[in-house]
Amino acid sequence: MAEIRLEQLAHSYHGTPSKPADYALRQMDHVWEQGGAYALLGPSGCGKSTLLNIISGLLVPSEGRVLYDGKSVNDLSPQQRNIAQVFQFPVVYDTMTVFDNLAFPLRNQGLSRDRIDLRVREVAEALEIEPLLSRKAHNLTADEKQKVSMGRGLVRDDVAAILFDEPLTVIDPQLKWRLRRKLKEIHQRFNVTMVYVTHDQLEASTFADKIAVMYQGQIVQFGTPRELFENPQHTFVGYFIGSPGMNLLDIVLGSSGVELERRTLPVDESVVAQLRRGGEGRLQLGIRPEFVQLVAPEASTLHGQVDLVQDQGTFKIVDVRLDTPSAPVIKARLGEEEPVPEGRVGLAFPAAWQRFYRDDRLVEIAP
Amino acid sequence: MSLQLDNVTLSVRGETYIDNACLMLEPGSFNVLLGHTLAGKTTLMRLMAGLDMPDRGTVRLGGRDMTHVPVRQRNVSMVYQQFINYPTLTVFDNIASPLKQAKVSRQEIARRVEETAEMLGIQHLLGRYPQELSGGQQQRTAMARALVKDADLVLFDEPLVNLDYKLREALRVEMRKLFESRHTIAVYATTEPAEALALGGTTTLLHQGRIVQSGPSDEVYRHPCNREAASLFGEPPINLMPMTIQGDECRIADLRQPRPDVWRSLPAGEYQVGIRPHHWSLQPLEEPAFRLPVVVRVAEISGSETFLHLSHDRIDLVAHLIGIHEFGVDQALEMQVACRQLFVFEPDGDLVLSPSSPRPTLASV
Amino acid sequence: MKPYNNKAWWLVLPVFVLVAFSAIIPMMTVVNYSVQDIFDPSTRYFVGTEWYREILADPRLHDSLMRQFVYSFCVLAIEVPLGIIVALSMPRRGLGVPVSLILLSLPLLVPWNVVGTIWQIIGREDIGLYGWILNSLGLDYNYASNPRDAWATVLVMDVWHWTSLVALLCYSGLRSIPDVYYQAARIDRASSWAVFRYIQLPKLKNVLLIAVMLRFMDSFMIYTEPFVLTGGGPGTATTFLSQTLTQMALGQFDLGRAAAFSLIYFLIILLVTWVFYTAMTHNDNKG
Repeated sequence: MAEIRLEQLAHSYHGTPSKPADYALRQMDHVWEQGGAYALLGPSGCGKSTLLNIISGLLVPSEGRVLYDGKSVNDLSPQQRNIAQVFQFPVVYDTMTVFDNLAFPLRNQGLSRDRIDLRVREVAEALEIEPLLSRKAHNLTADEKQKVSMGRGLVRDDVAAILFDEPLTVIDPQLKWRLRRKLKEIHQRFNVTMVYVTHDQLEASTFADKIAVMYQGQIVQFGTPRELFENPQHTFVGYFIGSPGMNLLDIVLGSSGVELERRTLPVDESVVAQLRRGGEGRLQLGIRPEFVQLVAPEASTLHGQVDLVQDQGTFKIVDVRLDTPSAPVIKARLGEEEPVPEGRVGLAFPAAWQRFYRDDRLVEIAP
Repeated sequence: MSLQLDNVTLSVRGETYIDNACLMLEPGSFNVLLGHTLAGKTTLMRLMAGLDMPDRGTVRLGGRDMTHVPVRQRNVSMVYQQFINYPTLTVFDNIASPLKQAKVSRQEIARRVEETAEMLGIQHLLGRYPQELSGGQQQRTAMARALVKDADLVLFDEPLVNLDYKLREALRVEMRKLFESRHTIAVYATTEPAEALALGGTTTLLHQGRIVQSGPSDEVYRHPCNREAASLFGEPPINLMPMTIQGDECRIADLRQPRPDVWRSLPAGEYQVGIRPHHWSLQPLEEPAFRLPVVVRVAEISGSETFLHLSHDRIDLVAHLIGIHEFGVDQALEMQVACRQLFVFEPDGDLVLSPSSPRPTLASV
Repeated sequence: MKPYNNKAWWLVLPVFVLVAFSAIIPMMTVVNYSVQDIFDPSTRYFVGTEWYREILADPRLHDSLMRQFVYSFCVLAIEVPLGIIVALSMPRRGLGVPVSLILLSLPLLVPWNVVGTIWQIIGREDIGLYGWILNSLGLDYNYASNPRDAWATVLVMDVWHWTSLVALLCYSGLRSIPDVYYQAARIDRASSWAVFRYIQLPKLKNVLLIAVMLRFMDSFMIYTEPFVLTGGGPGTATTFLSQTLTQMALGQFDLGRAAAFSLIYFLIILLVTWVFYTAMTHNDNKG
C-alpha cells in the first residue's frame, strides 16, 4: 500500500526529443493517494498506457521521478516495486489449473499453503470463478481467462498498488456490468490503491473516485466525475466526457457583448467584463447538450432548424443547425417523454451552465 | 432485392448454432442483429452471405433460391471487427479492389472511389497506405470498400467495437446517413442495445441461436414480446420482480398495494413486472406510482448519468438516473416508478402489458 | 436431405496421384520384394514371411537397432536442450539478430558428406586441429581405431550440424510469445525458471514437437556421415541401421531380405514418431 507520486515526469520514445510532439508524455506532476481508486481516461494514443507502464516499472521514464511513499523507485523493477498489473488481453499460464494460476504470485512470494488456499478461494469467490478452479486455464473462454488474469492481480494482499490496463476490453457488455461492480466492491473491501486505464468514461467514472483525463501526453484535468461533467477545465474534457460531448461555439467579444457570428448572446454583464479582462486568445462558449433548452423561436435570439433526431430509448438527441452563416450544429438532449419540436426552434443556454474557454482552457468566472 | 430466410438451421457436431431462423429483410433497409456474444450473430451473417450453408431451410435473394450459391457468385460485401485492408495497396487501390475484380472501366473506378471516399470523409487519404492511418480511418477504408461495389447485401460484424467510443458516436450517425438513399440491404451485428436504437431501422434479437423478436427498432424496444426480449434489449437489462394480482390488491415482491388502474383488465394470478432502469425516480411522482424501499449496493457514474445498483430483499435491481448522484454503500432509499411505465409478463415470460400511454396530463390524474 | 457437393475430390486428385507415384507405388514394390526370393527378373519364388522371420532373428539387425536407438536418444538428449539454450540466449533485437541467424544457418547449408569429410580431417590426430589438440592434451583420441572415439565423433558431428535447426525453430517460437506474458510474469514475481517452465516451454511445445520429430527421423536414418568418416567402423561401432540395410541390399544383393528389413525399419520410425506425437499432444484434450 503506497502513495504514488510523479515528479516532473516526462517520457519520449525518441532518443533526442526536441519538440513537444516528440514526447509521449509531457512533463507532469501528479499524486495518487494511498487507498484511492483512480482512473486514467483518454483516447487511444494519448499516453495513458505509457504512464501506466512507467508507474509499474515496465518502462523507465526518460525524465523525472516516480516516488512510492516518498522514495524514488525509478531504478526498481516491477518485482521490487511490488505492484500488480492486469493487462488488456488475458494472460494466463496455459499449462496450470485456474487454482495454480491464482496461487502463482503467492507461491513466488513463498506464502504458506493454508494462506494461499484461503486467499485464492476468497478471490475466486469474489470473481465468481470458483467452479473453474480445477480446470486447465488453456481451455477457458476469453472472458473466463480475463477473470483469471484479474484474479492474479487481486490475489496478493501486500501490493503497493494494482494497475488495470483496459481490463474489460474482451468482456461481453452484459458481463462488464457485473465485473465493474465486482471491482468496485473489491476495492472497498481490500483498501488498496488502484489505477485503472480506459478510454471508456463509464468504466472510468464507475470505478474511480477521481479521474485523470489525458490528452496528447498531458493530464488536462484531475477530478471527480461530477467536476469533469460540470466544470470541464479543458475543451477536450468537455468533448470527451458525456455522450454526446459538450457543444463548443466560437465566440468574439463585440461591442454589444458576447457575439456568435454577429448575434449577441444573452450573457451577464459581469461575465462579459471578466472575459474582456482576460486578454487575447481564441474564445469559445461551451454548453452541455443536457442543459440546452429548446424554446419557441420568439423566445430567443438564437434560432435553428431541427436537423436530426436520434432516439436512444432512454433519451433523445436533437441536432439543431443554427441559421448563422457557418451553420454550426448544436446538440440538445431530451428525456424519453419530452416532446420533440419540429422545424424552426429557439435555443436558450441557462447562465449557470455556460462555460467559457480561452485557448481551450476554462476561464474562471467569479460569481 | 429482398433477402428472405426460411427455417434456416445450422448445427455443428450436435450443437445448434442457428435454430429455425425466419427473417425477411427489405431492400434499402437497415437491419440490426442484437444479441450477446456467441448468440449466433456472426453465424447468421455467414449464412446470409453464403460463407456457410445451412443444414435445413432456404435463403432467397429477390425471390431466387440462393441457398447453395457460393459467396463468390453473390453480390455481397462484409466489414469485420478487425480493420481488414490490403496492407500493400493504397487507400485508393483498397477501395477500388472490388471494382477492378468486376472489370469496371478505369474512369468509372476513379469516379466511384472518389465518391465513396468523400461520403466517408477519407478523400484526402487516398494516396496513403493502411498502416499510416488511425484505427478509425482504417475502418472507414474497409467500409468504403464494402460500399463501393453497390452490393445487394452489406454485412457489418460489430464494425465499431475496436474504436474509441467518441469515434463510435460519430460513425454511428454517419452509418445511418450512408444507407438512407440506397437499395442495399444492410445488416449490422452488435452487442449494444444503445447502438441498435441509435442506428434505427429494424432490430432482430438473437439469443442462443434463436430469433427472439424482429421488427422496427423502437417498436421492439417499447413492446418486447417476452421477458427475454425485454432483457436483451436494454443496457442495463430490465429489472424483474414477481407480482401477484388478487382482487383489488396486488403484491410486488413482498409489498402490498392497491391494484393500479392500468391493470384493471388483468385477471387475478401470478405475474412478473419489468421495470426499465431509467424509469426509476428518486423524487415523489405526481401520478399513481409503485414505491420500493431499497439499499444501495454501488453507484456508477458515467459522464452525466448515474447507475444505481440496488437490492430489495435479495432481489438485485438497477436504476439509471439522469445527473450525477452520489450515494454511500448500504444507504437506504425509496425508489418510485410510475405504474403506467411497468411491463407485465406471464410467469412463463410472455408479454401481457407494455407501457404505451403517453404521460397523462396533470388534469387527467 | 442434405445435398453433398463432391467437386472437392477433383481438387485433391492431383495430390493423390503424386503421393501414389512418390510413396505408395514404390512402397508396394518393396512389399512385393519382401515376400519373394528373386534370382533374376524371370526367376522368383514366393516365400511368404520367411524373410521377416529371418531378419527379426538376425543379430546384425539387433545390434544396429540397439546402436541406432542409443544414438538417436543421445542426439535428442543433447540437441533439444542445447537448441533451447541457444535460442534463449540469442538477442531479441538489434544487429545481433541477423548476425546470429546467419551464423546459425551456416552449418545447415553444408551437405552431409562434406560434414563427414570435414570431421574426418579435423579429427585426425596427425594433421587435424581437434585430434591434434586432444592428443596433445594427453587424451588418447583416435576415431579410426577406437570405437568410443568414433562414436563420439559421429555424435559431435551431428550436434554441430543440426543443433542450429532446433535453435532456429525454438527462436521463432520464442519470438511469437507476446511481450505482455513476460511483463505479467515479472509482475507476478516469477523466477526465470518459472518463466521458462510456465510460459516459454508451453508456448514452445508445438515447435519442439516438430524439432523432436525431425531430429528423430533424421538421426534414425543417418548414413552418410559415419560412412564417410570410418565406413561404419572401427568394426561395426558406427554401423547404423541404414548402413546395415545398404550392405545387405547392394553389397550382398539380398533384395528380398533388404526389402523386409526396410519395411521393419519404416514401421519402427512410424511407431516411435507416433508415440512421440501422442505423448506430446495428449495434454491438449484434457479439461
